[in-house]
Amino acid sequence: MSSAAHTPSETSQDLLLSLAGVTKRFGSLVANDAIDLTVHKGEIVALLGENGAGKTTLMNILFGHYVADEGTVTVAGRDGNLEQLEPGAPQAALDAGIGMVHQHFTLAENLTGLDNIVLGTEPIFRLRRDRSSARAKLGELMAGSGLNVDLDQPVYKLTVGEKQRVEILKALYRNARLLVLDEPTAVLTPQEADSLFAILRKLAATGLAVIIIAHKLAEVLAVSHRIAVLRGGAKVGELKTSDANHKSIAELMVGREVPASRRTPRAPGKPVITLADVTIDRGDSRRSLHGVNVTAREGEILGIAGVSGNGQAALAQLIAGLDKPDSGTVEIFGEKVTKFDAHTFAQNGIARIPEDRHHDGMVGSMTVAENIAIEDVRSAEYQKLGFLDFEAIRKRAEHAIADYDVRCPGPDAPARLLSGGNIQKLILARVLEKSPKLILANQPSRGLDVGAQSEVHRRLLEARESGAAIILISEDLDELLTISDQIAVIHAGHITPAMPTDSIDRSELGLMMAGQKAAPHAPDGTTTTKPGETA
Amino acid sequence: MIRFEPRSNPGPLLVYGVPVLAATIAILLAAIPLALAGAPIIEAYGLMISGAFGSVFSTSEMLTRATPLILTGLAAAIAFRAKLWNIGAEGQLYMGAMAAVAVGSGVIDGPSWVMIPVVIIAGMAAGALMLIGPTLLKTRLGVDEVVTTLLLNFIVLLFVQMMLEGALKDPMSMGWPQSEPVIDSAAFPALLERMRVHIGLIIALVSAVALAIFVKRTIWGFEIRAVGENAAAAKFSGISVTKTMILVAALSGGLAGLAGVSEVAGTRGYLATDLSPGYGYAGIVVAMLARLSPIGVIASALFVASVFVGADSMSRAIGVSSYLADLIVAMALLCVLIGGFLTRFKVHFDRKSVHG
Repeated sequence: MSSAAHTPSETSQDLLLSLAGVTKRFGSLVANDAIDLTVHKGEIVALLGENGAGKTTLMNILFGHYVADEGTVTVAGRDGNLEQLEPGAPQAALDAGIGMVHQHFTLAENLTGLDNIVLGTEPIFRLRRDRSSARAKLGELMAGSGLNVDLDQPVYKLTVGEKQRVEILKALYRNARLLVLDEPTAVLTPQEADSLFAILRKLAATGLAVIIIAHKLAEVLAVSHRIAVLRGGAKVGELKTSDANHKSIAELMVGREVPASRRTPRAPGKPVITLADVTIDRGDSRRSLHGVNVTAREGEILGIAGVSGNGQAALAQLIAGLDKPDSGTVEIFGEKVTKFDAHTFAQNGIARIPEDRHHDGMVGSMTVAENIAIEDVRSAEYQKLGFLDFEAIRKRAEHAIADYDVRCPGPDAPARLLSGGNIQKLILARVLEKSPKLILANQPSRGLDVGAQSEVHRRLLEARESGAAIILISEDLDELLTISDQIAVIHAGHITPAMPTDSIDRSELGLMMAGQKAAPHAPDGTTTTKPGETA
Repeated sequence: MIRFEPRSNPGPLLVYGVPVLAATIAILLAAIPLALAGAPIIEAYGLMISGAFGSVFSTSEMLTRATPLILTGLAAAIAFRAKLWNIGAEGQLYMGAMAAVAVGSGVIDGPSWVMIPVVIIAGMAAGALMLIGPTLLKTRLGVDEVVTTLLLNFIVLLFVQMMLEGALKDPMSMGWPQSEPVIDSAAFPALLERMRVHIGLIIALVSAVALAIFVKRTIWGFEIRAVGENAAAAKFSGISVTKTMILVAALSGGLAGLAGVSEVAGTRGYLATDLSPGYGYAGIVVAMLARLSPIGVIASALFVASVFVGADSMSRAIGVSSYLADLIVAMALLCVLIGGFLTRFKVHFDRKSVHG
């Protein structure tokens, strides 16, 4: 991938936004520590940082949702004069031309794109609506930027990428001069992400300033002009994208060297789980599978690639023992499964890592120790005559906390005090300690920082080494291409045959995720495409 | 502008102190309606205290009143822990009482050590069944248990009325709609001579301690806590939410039924439609005041009972309405709810206002 080529002029007249010495404390926690950040006209600045680095707090201060304890936010007025933005006033930020595109869109699904865009800008007390001027202005915006979308379609009929365009148009229609995008590629296919980047560069060329909040390094390198890295609330580095590389930014973010995940070649063993012609029809595509065939073998990571909402949930529910197929069979070690039940699955050596670790993975008010033992409290090890053996539960927790480096006040602390990365470590400790034969890892590193991500990958690769079969459901292509042996693509409830990772071309994978091709590869691995480039 | 910030981990002082503070504030606030009624405030408080604790008799009366409140309070606490919103303790109480009367008024006879467990088991089973029905409707069909349990209260009361006019009617009652009395061997013995307080109190206290141990230390209690706090995670980890809910229903309904048994076999001696002045509903308040802690239920039931008995006696003495007791209990509940909010959130008052 090439980095963005041109660099915008950086004269002081072009200065659009300047944050100076912004500090925000929550009790003893310093969320933002004297952060300086400038953005010029026509510049794309990437704001990088792990979870909890202070990105969101900083943006909340910019938008007036929080008041900074120290420091100033200055915005160039339309006449070019720098003026201090009134703190704690969201309306002032909007008036100054700062627009935001949230990760979760804020569109009314039943209205058209046009309705959504003009919503709130029209006077209420008027009998007739005149939208010709709005159309004209939007037409101009679309022509200039390539943000093409059918504005007369109701939003629910649009794809995720199109919805995002509507969001961006909405901000531009309100004369945004600075656009802030929060994790804009999280929901996009690689192709959609590429076209978003093209649009952003075009918009930047017309003078729009852009701040992208991101954690995927490859994307940041591809689109931005300048990268600011936050860590622990402070800005630890700022560099031109042309001077940056993957490794140097990752180390800036984490503050230490990140071990690269690497899989060693290994011959797969016998099949552990086989889904044959499995259909689950729940009426909506998110929760349905149609005639799916999947096989995962010992010592192999099978990646399931796909854009979220294409049936991954149904597949995960099935393997987790929470749902049963309407038709077709599931075999584990050659034996047909007849009892689909989470307890039975967990006790029979299936490790399940849930997609939503806060919602399905832990009971926040219960202790760390109780959460680690939750799948096994009925086993003789942890109870006597129905009474819990707290000694044993505690011992296991202490062991797990040390082994998996779960940062917590102790085994008796409520689990809700843990950060996302530590909750994931807790879940890994819960399920991997029992040397499982099959691991269902559903988005195991989503939302985790680089360090925790590499830890999750290391654990999965370790389990692979010791012979477990792993089904890795992920939306992160880098993750899939790095650690899986085989990759199958899920789209609209259909799953393609698995392809060896080394034979896969990244852009082709993207097309398949968008449902444009069924199964381009012969399952035996004879390949016609050049080896894919992995990040 | 007022902002609320969640507290990550409220300390024990906050957790235990707030309900006590709330109860105190509620009692102090009672001075306002007392003053409006023109009563001498200091004297009224004195009368309230002596009405609840002034003599062996008044304390016995207070404890008699606390007995069913502990049991219905436990019924509500265990159900609410699992997020099973049982509003039907009143109906379960009457069903328990009716079952106790059905087996305990002479159909069978035996020594006390047989008959007392028999009426207890019959009453608890009846109460449990009353809640298992709505719970199955909830887990199978998604029927809202608030509606079903609440409406069942009225159905049960009418059913009791029907039975008291028919099958269970005491031929010796000279036309009053009441059941035959519980036979001596099934009656709960009194704890003190010539006082009304009976072994139901001991049973209630033991139940509270047993429930506390059950919830904290057994696998079933573990599963109840997990389901109540995060049903999705419990289900994912392999805990059967339906089975857990039915267990909770059996416990909660059974405890409410036990309250009914204790009232007919201990306090009243026979079943009538005025057996309970709303103990089932008051149990919800007791449980909320106790923050759903079984041991806390003992304290909050004693508080509510003393307010009721004290205010009753005070109102008779100086002629203000005994509804004052309801008022104090209601205010205590409001104070606890506000206090509960304040333990979970820190309040910041920003002097600087935001321009709108």
